Amino acid sequence: MPRRLLRDGRIVLDDWRYSADGPDDGSSPLILKLVEWQSEREHWLAQDRRLGVLLGPSHKVEVLAQDLPRLELIGVEFPTANDGRGYSQARQLREQWKFRGELRAAGYVRRDQLFLMARAGFNSLEVWESDLEIAVAALSDFSWTYQPSNDAGLPIKPRQRAPDTAATA
Amino acid sequence: MLVRMYRYDAVDKTLVSERVAQFRDQTRRFLAGELNEDEFKHLRLRNGLYIQRHAPMLRIAIPYGNLSSRQLRALSAIARRYDRGYGHFTTRQNMQFNWPKLAEVPDILAELAEVEMHAIQTSGNCIRNTTSDHLAGVTPDEIEDPRPWCELIRQWSTFHPEFNYLPRKFKIAVTAAAQDRAASQIHDIGVHIVRGPDGETGFEILAGGGLGRTPILGQVVREFLPREHLLSYLEAILRVYNLEGRRDNIHKARIKILVRALGIEEFRRRVEIEWERSREAGPRVDDREIARLKAFFDPPVYRTLANVDVAEGRSAAFRAWHRYNTARHKVPGYAAVYVSLKAKGKPPGDITDAQMSLVADLADRHSFGEVRVTHGQNLLFADVEQEKLHELWQTLEAAGLATPNIGTLTDIIACPGLDFCSLANAGSLEVARLINDRFDDYDYIYDLGELEIKMSGCMNACGHHHVGHIGILGVDKGGQEWYQITIGGAAGNDASLGEVIGPSVAKSEVAETISRLLSVYVDYRTEDERFLDTVRRIGVKPFKEKVYAAPAAA
Repeated sequence: MPRRLLRDGRIVLDDWRYSADGPDDGSSPLILKLVEWQSEREHWLAQDRRLGVLLGPSHKVEVLAQDLPRLELIGVEFPTANDGRGYSQARQLREQWKFRGELRAAGYVRRDQLFLMARAGFNSLEVWESDLEIAVAALSDFSWTYQPSNDAGLPIKPRQRAPDTAATA
Repeated sequence: MLVRMYRYDAVDKTLVSERVAQFRDQTRRFLAGELNEDEFKHLRLRNGLYIQRHAPMLRIAIPYGNLSSRQLRALSAIARRYDRGYGHFTTRQNMQFNWPKLAEVPDILAELAEVEMHAIQTSGNCIRNTTSDHLAGVTPDEIEDPRPWCELIRQWSTFHPEFNYLPRKFKIAVTAAAQDRAASQIHDIGVHIVRGPDGETGFEILAGGGLGRTPILGQVVREFLPREHLLSYLEAILRVYNLEGRRDNIHKARIKILVRALGIEEFRRRVEIEWERSREAGPRVDDREIARLKAFFDPPVYRTLANVDVAEGRSAAFRAWHRYNTARHKVPGYAAVYVSLKAKGKPPGDITDAQMSLVADLADRHSFGEVRVTHGQNLLFADVEQEKLHELWQTLEAAGLATPNIGTLTDIIACPGLDFCSLANAGSLEVARLINDRFDDYDYIYDLGELEIKMSGCMNACGHHHVGHIGILGVDKGGQEWYQITIGGAAGNDASLGEVIGPSVAKSEVAETISRLLSVYVDYRTEDERFLDTVRRIGVKPFKEKVYAAPAAA
């Protein structure tokens, strides 16, 4: 059964498969490990197929810089709750390298992380919990933000305040 | 009363309330078994909740140490209702409660939210409470009030989506005065408000300071940063750290280790490259927003007064208090007043619920309804009329809050130690009491002059022992409490790390050891030379010889 995930705030069936998921059918949209992509880059570039790459926490996003136009999806792996490198990778991909494709959080993606992940720029969340309806609600945990970010698909308001709300309160 | 400090607007109120609701649900899931200990741990830590030796410990944020009387009354009520009638102020200007019940913590946070307070990011590997100069806005030696910038940093760092799961905790201090009272050089980032080439204000940025197992002083990353770039530059530093800081060893995970491993030149180069790439899309300081924040900290309406000689004709006790427990104010006729939380026999930084209520009342009567927490674990009234000092002293004295010892030997900084903390090797509070018992002759204490004793119960250095003129560190030797003594540390402008004098000493010998150190100082000092200066001039050797000359009397 295909996995369910959150994409742009909605529950969807995943149309992508990982290279590690089993024998390749040669046509499904495919997410490769970085090493697979790099070792046979010419081979993959020649294929008429939707492709994505999964980055580990220690990978520098720059290594994909010239491939970004070809990639429709970049996955970022969170090995544990406490390893927050993926948040920086996401912001770099979105803000510095202007990646506009599907940015997917994989690994330790739990409902209490979803809000921060979406703010960092992930529009695709492989949620660990099976109850995705409750997970969707976590995207509404906060209705304002204190800092600009990427805010993929979140129902939050911009933070701009009128100066006249100041000390007169 | 309109207190001159930051007040929440609808955005802040909504966010803090939503945080309470979020944590209430997380706590419910934990208690229902839906989250295990590990899964709950990183969530509770980001709400200031530790599981301690006896009970949970809840650390409440006091942004850059500013409290309104209303907030202090709320803390008093919480101490009475949910704790055992007291709280503890920390070196990060926060308050800790040692006896809350886990299931009641969401209720405590809800009560705090009512008075515009929270416990967000007071623990965990994220950006902690921003600290600052307790004399901000009233000291004659500052370029401008640093608190609007602290508030800007507080808001930017709160729920920051990128920096909530850093390799390790991250502490920022901001100071704008000639004298650094915020220990900025031992912070992960120190922000100094300075004047630039054209006289405009901007920032000198330090990074890589910290204590703990590997004490290191911060180094300058950028000498002058224009004000509009403050937040984007902080983000560049934090991003380099978040991506490259070590995560394999908790003891090597602070930014100081990264800065030291790369060297400041290479670290700076990486930060500057990251900043070049990111500042366009990053946060820019909005002039309207900083103007909005500054308006909250406009000076109160002072009366037109002249400086007066308040000591004339008063008792020796009042004169001593006036000399040690008040500080100069930039406005004539006013003084800043320290409320000493270092009374003999009391744990440093502890305060009872009744004392909190009293201090709140006194703040309303004498200091525009505002109280500040100092890095030294005392409280401060920033704006007291000099004519009212005697009256204020009498009330404080009756409540045990006027020990005339600020900046002296008995104004000890100490962590809670073995009595509460599950990490500690040593009973810091007991040692503080032993030192207090030994040194109770105020003529002698005053003769010794400025002296900072700082004590930590373990290598985490919450009591900042490395930067004490005399530092005391609790170490465990075969299940026994021993104490390692350092001398020559300092936390201010002339920050330095203390040097170990020799083998650690037993608990019963700590006070005797300090007595011997001080006798060397008294023998060697030149006129007006502080203990610290004497150590720097003559080195550790004479002190060491005296301390280890013969077994200390038991």
